[in-house]
Amino acid sequence: MSEFETHIVDVLIIGAGGAGLRAAAEASAMGASTAVVCKSLLGKAHTVMAEGGVAAALGNVWPEDNWKVHFRDTMRGGKMLNNWRMAQLHAQESPDRVLELEQWGALFDRTPDGKILQRDFGGHRYARLAHVGDRTGLELLRTVQHRAVDVGIEVFMECKIVRLLHDATGAVNGAVGIWRETGKFIVFGAKSVVLATGGVGKMYKFTSNSWEGTGDGHALALWAGADLIDMECIQFHPTGMIWPPSARGLLVTEGVRGDGGVLKNIDGERFMFNYISDYFKAETSDTIEEADQWYENKRDFRRPPELLPRDEVARAINSEVKAGRGSPHGGVFLDIASRRSPEDIRRRLPSMYHQFKELADVDITKDAMEIGPTCHYIMGGVRVDADTAAATVSGLFAAGEVAGGMHGANRLGGNSLSDLLVFGRRAGIGAAEYALGKSGEVVIDELQVASVTAHALSFFDNDGSENAYSAHQALQDTMQSLVGIIRTESELVEAKDKLAELSERARVVSVEGHRQFNPGWHLALDLEAMTAVAQCTTLGALERQESRGGHTREDHPLPDNEVFGKVNMATSFVDGQVRLRREPLPEMPTELKELFEEAH
Amino acid sequence: MSTETATVAGQRTLKMRLWRGDESGGDFATYEIPAQEGEVVLDVVHRIQAEEAPDLAVRWNCKAGKCGSCSAEINGRPALMCMTRMSTLNIDEPITVSPMRGFPIIRDLVTDVSFNYAVARRIPAFQPPKLAEGEVFRMQQVDVDRSQEFRKCIECFLCQNVCHVIRDHEDNKESFAGPRFFARLAELEMHPLDTLDRRRLSSEQFGLGLCNITKCCTEVCPEGIHITDNAIIPLKERVVDARFDPVAWLGRKITGKPDPTPAAVAASFAPETLEQQQAARALGKVGSHPQTSGA
Repeated sequence: MSEFETHIVDVLIIGAGGAGLRAAAEASAMGASTAVVCKSLLGKAHTVMAEGGVAAALGNVWPEDNWKVHFRDTMRGGKMLNNWRMAQLHAQESPDRVLELEQWGALFDRTPDGKILQRDFGGHRYARLAHVGDRTGLELLRTVQHRAVDVGIEVFMECKIVRLLHDATGAVNGAVGIWRETGKFIVFGAKSVVLATGGVGKMYKFTSNSWEGTGDGHALALWAGADLIDMECIQFHPTGMIWPPSARGLLVTEGVRGDGGVLKNIDGERFMFNYISDYFKAETSDTIEEADQWYENKRDFRRPPELLPRDEVARAINSEVKAGRGSPHGGVFLDIASRRSPEDIRRRLPSMYHQFKELADVDITKDAMEIGPTCHYIMGGVRVDADTAAATVSGLFAAGEVAGGMHGANRLGGNSLSDLLVFGRRAGIGAAEYALGKSGEVVIDELQVASVTAHALSFFDNDGSENAYSAHQALQDTMQSLVGIIRTESELVEAKDKLAELSERARVVSVEGHRQFNPGWHLALDLEAMTAVAQCTTLGALERQESRGGHTREDHPLPDNEVFGKVNMATSFVDGQVRLRREPLPEMPTELKELFEEAH
Repeated sequence: MSTETATVAGQRTLKMRLWRGDESGGDFATYEIPAQEGEVVLDVVHRIQAEEAPDLAVRWNCKAGKCGSCSAEINGRPALMCMTRMSTLNIDEPITVSPMRGFPIIRDLVTDVSFNYAVARRIPAFQPPKLAEGEVFRMQQVDVDRSQEFRKCIECFLCQNVCHVIRDHEDNKESFAGPRFFARLAELEMHPLDTLDRRRLSSEQFGLGLCNITKCCTEVCPEGIHITDNAIIPLKERVVDARFDPVAWLGRKITGKPDPTPAAVAASFAPETLEQQQAARALGKVGSHPQTSGA
């Protein structure tokens, strides 16, 4: 058996993005010994890529705003597939979580009277996003990072978790990982484990996600016996860079549209006016004149269609390109240059200005940006209890993007940073209470450890016919072309067969070189997580025979509220296979239902 | 764009010299790979990894200049690989990519930057005033502007890599925190809500006095943070104020009145700092807190 070092803690947190570090701060404050393990260096997590802001009904700019309006916006944006209780807790608690960041040193942009400034974003009725220019994620991550350092939490950096461990009852009680630097094994014994591993974007070819978004937490939960839900609901952000090829997929913040940017096709037409669905007709401007007045006067005018929820905008762009009205490189134009002064653009969107200037040689104060949809976020994820963030397996918790339910079928911009604060904290509390209430020592099952380490090392012994990079590319091509933004039964069936082949290819990947900082080996391990997650997404997409939010079926173009609007697609691992079943959606209490009947 | 990208495209071959090795030694390995349009250095490194050298070690995350993971030296110039476009380099010559020289090698292009995390742990936490129940902080934009500039830092550690105080004198790492952390200290010192006086510890515990303002850090900062002019010089100035006039410091902290111009402060400081540095070097150790000696 391979040698390993062992660490015993109360709470082990996997992932050091906003959710993981927020959970760590809370668990530690409750007196639980807490360790954080992350694949990258501390402070590099994908949270830094969040740009526009953190949604919270502070009411600093529009006093009319309150949690009920935020809750309603979130549920409607999610096409009512959200776990209502999560959406409620999120809307109620996010203002406190944002204010708490200020006590930890965060410096948000200010209103003239010295409060936190809030900006407009798609699907939010009022200007609601607290922000710092267009680098809000970095501000949030640094703040929780400093907090975690200040309270003395132990962080295991550049360490990849391969499998969770469990006790005789099946409860999760630790994890086996690999130090990326040395390739040596590290074993954690823990009374509870919080998954905060983020998303799955790397299973697609065009994504805004970093290399870390390989669905590790989703797969760890699956392999440990937990349920995932609604894995077919994936957000394709409408505005990703499309040129040059190497920058394809990079995020262009929704803040561009919130601050006045508009979408145009090759004929210069603001085409979004042609794509206002009945669902949002009552609250959306139908003329350019009305739309343009909304930025200054939200009481008397309706919002511009460029600020419809992301799924609506992404589908519209897709249709324009398909109809032959796209830009030269196969996207559409996002124009802020003709709408705001160069000074305003540079001040409000500094990193977008920088990104286009450096990577595409485009000056966004002079020219329009070319953009198109990019895989950005998975709404589905580990099925959790809303109040405690507990997964369906004892000892396991999940928060942030890896958890499912909060955003339903589509997430509103800005609701991710608030999600990870609200549920990061709740997962920290949930995991700490569980751990502190659990008596006895953690006993590590060395046989389980041995089987995980043997599996991880098996890639070095494979015969050399399969390369991790080409298998990964094949996976990305399959998902991009067959399980992308618009789906249909025949292609999903084809994807299902291809994924069965790809799982086999992933298993026999052979790794060259030695164990020390070997990216080929790390990719082989990430790949097995990605193929497992891709199967869940594909099965869910096949079973959900309707279109809803981030799941669009060409062969079932309308939502089916009677059947599919009432169920979550639950996937789990049974006898080594991914299985799917329908589970009833938790029903909203009457007093909350009434919020959707009121006139707005 | 068209002329630049045309040069790179058109099936030309790139000759990339990548440093391969570990702490025990290594050398440049040459890879020839067809050029593609619109690429950055990191794209080319990734293609080499996927096609020729699957175990080539390189750190990266966001590939958008926002996380600061892929710092390296490209043709000897410290930069982020993800933000260095191939079209800005002369591809008639081989292009070398080597790990940051200021940190110990782990493998290939990956260095051990744990020094920075150790320093970060030593910086005393942000200390806000106590709030009454239901009270919220009020701050004006003009007062948060200064600290916001430093909070743009993506911790790529290129400034730490080029700072000659540590690049050329490894033993200074014990007493010298480096530009990244002077920016962090300045950020907290200028934070409208921080109540802790960080001036004395900036020099006594973090070696601010050893910096002789050569601005190498500012030049390599991919975020364009004016580390020398806006963080280090004002911080040095405040350190002296702490000795001479605590009331003036307090007044400035409260009113947000700007610090004296960087040039004026630089003029009054550089000689003293240099002298101190030379004195410290002459003694063969630098842990003697030169800035506060005689205070």
